[in-house]
Amino acid sequence: MTNTIYLDNNATTRIDEDVLAAMLPYFTIYYGNPSSMHTFGGQIGHVVRKARSQVADLLGAEESEIVFTSCGTEGDNAAILAALKAQPKKKHIITTEVEHPAILNLCRRLEREDYTVTYLSVNGKGQIDFDELEASLTGNTAVVSVMYANNETGVIFPIEQIGQIVKEYGALFHVDAVQAVGKIPLDMKNSTIDLLTLSGHKIHAPKGIGALYVRKGVRFRPLLIGGHQERGRRGGTENVAGIVALGKAAELAQQHLADVDREKRLRDKLEQGILAAIPNTAVNGDRHNRLPNTTNIGFKFIEGEAILLSLDDYGICASSGSACSSGSLEPSHVLRALGLPYSVLHGSIRFSLSRYTTEAEIDRVLEVLPSIIDRLRELSPFSSDDADWLQEQELAISR
Amino acid sequence: MWDYTDKVMEHFHNPRNQGTIKEKQEGEEIVTGQVGSIACGDALKLHLKIDESSQTIKDATFQTFGCASAIASSSALTELLKGRKVDEAMKLTNKEIAESLGGLPEEKMHCSVMGQEALEAAIYTYKGIPLDSHEEDEGNLICRCFGVSDTKIKRIIRENDITNAEQVTNYVKAGGGCSSCLPDIDVLIEEVITEQEQIKVEQEKSVEAAKAIATAKQDSTTQPKRLTNLQKITLIQRVIDTEIRPVLAEDGGDMELFDVEGDVVKVILKGACSGCASSTETLKLAIEATLQDRVLPSLTVESV
Repeated sequence: MTNTIYLDNNATTRIDEDVLAAMLPYFTIYYGNPSSMHTFGGQIGHVVRKARSQVADLLGAEESEIVFTSCGTEGDNAAILAALKAQPKKKHIITTEVEHPAILNLCRRLEREDYTVTYLSVNGKGQIDFDELEASLTGNTAVVSVMYANNETGVIFPIEQIGQIVKEYGALFHVDAVQAVGKIPLDMKNSTIDLLTLSGHKIHAPKGIGALYVRKGVRFRPLLIGGHQERGRRGGTENVAGIVALGKAAELAQQHLADVDREKRLRDKLEQGILAAIPNTAVNGDRHNRLPNTTNIGFKFIEGEAILLSLDDYGICASSGSACSSGSLEPSHVLRALGLPYSVLHGSIRFSLSRYTTEAEIDRVLEVLPSIIDRLRELSPFSSDDADWLQEQELAISR
Repeated sequence: MWDYTDKVMEHFHNPRNQGTIKEKQEGEEIVTGQVGSIACGDALKLHLKIDESSQTIKDATFQTFGCASAIASSSALTELLKGRKVDEAMKLTNKEIAESLGGLPEEKMHCSVMGQEALEAAIYTYKGIPLDSHEEDEGNLICRCFGVSDTKIKRIIRENDITNAEQVTNYVKAGGGCSSCLPDIDVLIEEVITEQEQIKVEQEKSVEAAKAIATAKQDSTTQPKRLTNLQKITLIQRVIDTEIRPVLAEDGGDMELFDVEGDVVKVILKGACSGCASSTETLKLAIEATLQDRVLPSLTVESV
């Protein structure tokens, strides 16, 4: 069995050993319910409080502003729906074309009710236009939801600049920070953000736990109606082990923020190595305002799933925005929004690193990738002796 | 992750017959069929070398832009084609390509369809049939995202026994973009299912009719051996009127004797069965069997 080289950390991450050790006792030893009146259950309340303060610290927030959820999708849904319920007269939502499906598909659903949604476009670098944002904002806008960093390209939006514009129009500002947390320092005390979503399994905690930051003073209505848990903001018995894990993971993420430069250096080595060794390749999206761990590279003339399966033979895990690998027939909505040519669109691969990534792993990828790309390009009708067909097609599309 | 068979992965890793065909001998022709596009995410160029005198495919190679199953399907296709007669190759279906790989995930069936289409395009080119007179392009455009016509969708529904729109998307991509044509695809599926049910009913009817004629025949006495032309025609007319038409009438059908030329009996089929090609064939054989038995063994029947 080949060793796994895991470069798909924007999809999910390995649970940190310390996180695992911290959470395990809460399955078999301290399995009480924090709502119970007895000491056995009641003592768990302290543990949950500690985790809440660990998460709050990572965000520069207060404990009371943290609501534990089950995942990023829940956080996104709860935030948008709460913002709408808190302002029943406002019927307009603004978001971007490149959001996660947890936001986009929710917005499409709301359009079928009596809401209108503006999807801000992005330029070739993946950045929005402030003028378009400003022109879209009205007194009827209930919430503006913009991701902090894009999961596919790693492109970071200028969140505070956006937030300042949003605040001028009195709308609530939600930020899906699932990819940014732990990679970019955040400070909610000096921020325009009202609601912020994070997810545990992107920061070395397990799947099934997340959190939503709700700024003090923002009216909130729960998505899950039930008991008094989370101060009435989210019904359902607490996922105690998950909460403990998220707290520990937040604490570790805070420590590792200082270490992010190492990831960035490895990412840059990978990126530059690929661009130097393989012709007809380019980085997709804004190279400057970008997560330190992510690179999205387009390999012209070939298709992403074939690249991924070839990498898989060497135990290398990455992901692709190609139509074939997603199971849909259209390539990634994010890469399409960048306006990339089709010859790049289908052959784009995302490599996303973590603090566990080693230099030897990056070297191994650089060693095997060129021959993989060569082989697939030899098979392709576009890269070999006949490029006319391709040109005809790109022309036809641009018309 | 897709559940690919070992065969798919084997063809993906070791594709057969990749590349172009450059050399040919006298009496050989090289043709190319190309389908798909860079926008769709997969494209295939199929090259065939055909021996003109024997009408046989001597060599087949491919160039594919696409996922693992697209590459594997192309590779498998070239293996299926080598040594086949052109007319036989024309009959190859996407199903055979998929089956030769031990099956494809449903969502990847369109890769096998792409192979079949490239083959068709290559053979059309070889036969000098302009591709834009291709019958499938004459239909109405149903899916604007992927440019798929109703003729093509109906063919794929028939050939693969498709029962829902999701399958159509998996096989020919139609409906996989903006999905606004999915209701139209549902209508096409309904049409094909109704059409197939009708064919089945017609076939059952004609089989019953044939059985009834055969039973009637067994009850009767042996036929005269030597006949004059007039006797032959009179006897044929009598058998038709007394034994065949009553049976057909039970199912709402009818026939008429048009002419007799030597041993060829020309008949006009009427009524319920006349529009349906497959039941006409069954009926013709049944009438022929009765007339051969009751009048002359050398008789044949033609429907005019």
